[in-house]
Amino acid sequence: MRVHTYEKAFLIVGAALLVVFMIALTYTSVAMGIHLPGKVAMVDPAALATTPPFDQPGVRQTGDNTYEAVVVGQAWQFLPGEIRVPAGAEVTFILTSRDVIHGFHVERTRINIMMIPGQIGKTTYTFKTPGEYLIICHEYCGAGHHFMFGKVIVE
Amino acid sequence: MSTPVVYDPKGFTFPDPQRRVLQWSMFIAIIAMFAGVAHGLAQALSYAGINILQYFPGLSSYYQGLTVHGVAQALVLTFAFSNGFLPLVTARALSRPLNMALLHGTFWFLLVGFLLAGYALLTNQASVLYTSYAPLQAHPTYYLGLSLVVVSTWLASANMFVTLRGWRKEHPGERIPLLAYIAVLSYAMWDLASIPIAVSFLGFLLPWSLGWLQHVDPLLNRVLFWFTGHAIVYAWLLPAYVSWYALIPRQVGGKLVSDPLTRAVFILFLLLSIPTGFHHQYTDPGIATSMKAFHALLTFGVFYPSLATAFSVTASLEMGGRARGGRGLLGWIRKLPWGDPSVATQLLAMLTFVLGGATGLVNASFTVNQVVHNTAWIPGHFHMTVGSAVLLTIIGVSYWAVPYLTGKRLWAPKLAVAGSWMYAIGLLIFARGLISGGLQGMPRRTFIAEATYSASGWKLAGALAGIGGTIMTIGMLIFFLIMIMTFLVGKRDGAPRDIPISESLTPPSQNGWDSTMDRIGVWVIVAVVLILLAYGPFFLSYTPNMVSPGFKLF
Repeated sequence: MRVHTYEKAFLIVGAALLVVFMIALTYTSVAMGIHLPGKVAMVDPAALATTPPFDQPGVRQTGDNTYEAVVVGQAWQFLPGEIRVPAGAEVTFILTSRDVIHGFHVERTRINIMMIPGQIGKTTYTFKTPGEYLIICHEYCGAGHHFMFGKVIVE
Repeated sequence: MSTPVVYDPKGFTFPDPQRRVLQWSMFIAIIAMFAGVAHGLAQALSYAGINILQYFPGLSSYYQGLTVHGVAQALVLTFAFSNGFLPLVTARALSRPLNMALLHGTFWFLLVGFLLAGYALLTNQASVLYTSYAPLQAHPTYYLGLSLVVVSTWLASANMFVTLRGWRKEHPGERIPLLAYIAVLSYAMWDLASIPIAVSFLGFLLPWSLGWLQHVDPLLNRVLFWFTGHAIVYAWLLPAYVSWYALIPRQVGGKLVSDPLTRAVFILFLLLSIPTGFHHQYTDPGIATSMKAFHALLTFGVFYPSLATAFSVTASLEMGGRARGGRGLLGWIRKLPWGDPSVATQLLAMLTFVLGGATGLVNASFTVNQVVHNTAWIPGHFHMTVGSAVLLTIIGVSYWAVPYLTGKRLWAPKLAVAGSWMYAIGLLIFARGLISGGLQGMPRRTFIAEATYSASGWKLAGALAGIGGTIMTIGMLIFFLIMIMTFLVGKRDGAPRDIPISESLTPPSQNGWDSTMDRIGVWVIVAVVLILLAYGPFFLSYTPNMVSPGFKLF
């Protein structure tokens, strides 16, 4: 197959660019510790009232500077609707949904995870700057979807 | 350099009865487009904080309209167009009529599917958005209707295979004409890709909506959806590529650069379009990050044939521009036939698609995806892919295909050019708004005008989306006006009598490994192997968690 010189150059530069991107992404993941949500465990959404930790949604201190926020999504609110943590705290969010699929996105952060009934989601983030952060349900969950939001308050 | 049999088959007139069916298939595409566009305006204005839903009689909610928009544009318009366009160019390239029974089957399955899904949508019994995520539960006719739309694409594909087999019997040892080859491969990819969504709809969601099945697993159906759901964007895009590679060079007076490279590009799409679905689920729990990483790698891979396309298509345009007297480094661009509505519309499709491709690479970028996932960035991105490359190419092709099929000259071609410019400019403003809003956390699929929360930066972003969306809508209304007037008062002379088929600068060779590219079956097997590698580990290690009853929260 004959490939024109210019075309060859274009394709090689393009491939090199993609490789550079892949290396950058690997670096963010491995060296900077930015991770995607992964596999945790399954849960029965009908039995959340009796399944720890979802029987008691809320924020708990788990170490010197570490916190755990257990959040349940349901039409059309987050339980709890407000999460308070001190600045600099490392917060691990443990999430699931009681009914349909919801989204959990904290604006101005990379906390972005789906709340899927039957699945437990987990993601960790350190809030450095004090302030109020919106939690937005960013997956359509029915007629009241645009009423569903919460807040992280970093003190 | 051209081989008459391959590139310019003579003495073939498309039979009138077939022409009529294909013409009506195109009309259904345009009707679906119209159904979707109306609410598109309401969505754009909602981002700007303006609620116009009271002017939509019979509409129950924003989300009902949003579902109609998605289903009509992404599922009915695209497939109604491809069901007509791909068999049409296949038949023309092979100089053979299509199979009439399959042609009728394709048409009626699509129409009945459209009407069944339309019934559920219009009665607000299926406001689940086009992704149909369980456990939001729609009326059974919604799942059944969309399944029939998928079946119609299988029938269209079968028609192309039957026609190709007939041709091969009469032309043993000959290379498949390029136009037929890339058209057949486009739908061959989709045949494979559509199996998971068929399993999800017919195996789980339809029985569940009928009450035969009490519970479903939301994650499993999400995985099945996106198993099909990334490849589906290539099922929308490849017909546009067929036009850009094989028809546009002829329309601008140039030549297709390389026959073998074009085939290789379509083979890469067949292989890499499907095993990439997890990049839509980077933020999903329940899927191992290692599998997500593998899909990320393959997604970068499927960007590659598009990169090759960018070069080839531009080079064939340059050849055309220079043949028309263009000089200098960029002078050829001005000499392209910008006054031809079919060409101008598709050139605008290509230009806006550059930004669509770039933003798509951001989406694919693993950890970076967490910044943009499910924000307004995403519709900003895909309106510059399916909403530009695909939609504008459908419009551009319609500007020759509707006259060709109806025998009526295009009405007001200058207005047509103006309409496409309006749409493209409006699109860029609209997408600029959504992209910036998304980066500031503005969610997609949300009735922003009535939302009980807001954040800084959303006002400007929303206003741009509203302004751009309004201009896009005017562009679309011009298109509909031109189609209606062409149909009603188009003159019976001066319509194109043939399909513009391009010659290749580098023709196909008879020997070497080149000709193994025509063994479509072998490539399909390779594609299946890749799919098993990409999805096998997930399905082998996954125990379904069937816990969700249906919710009708709309």
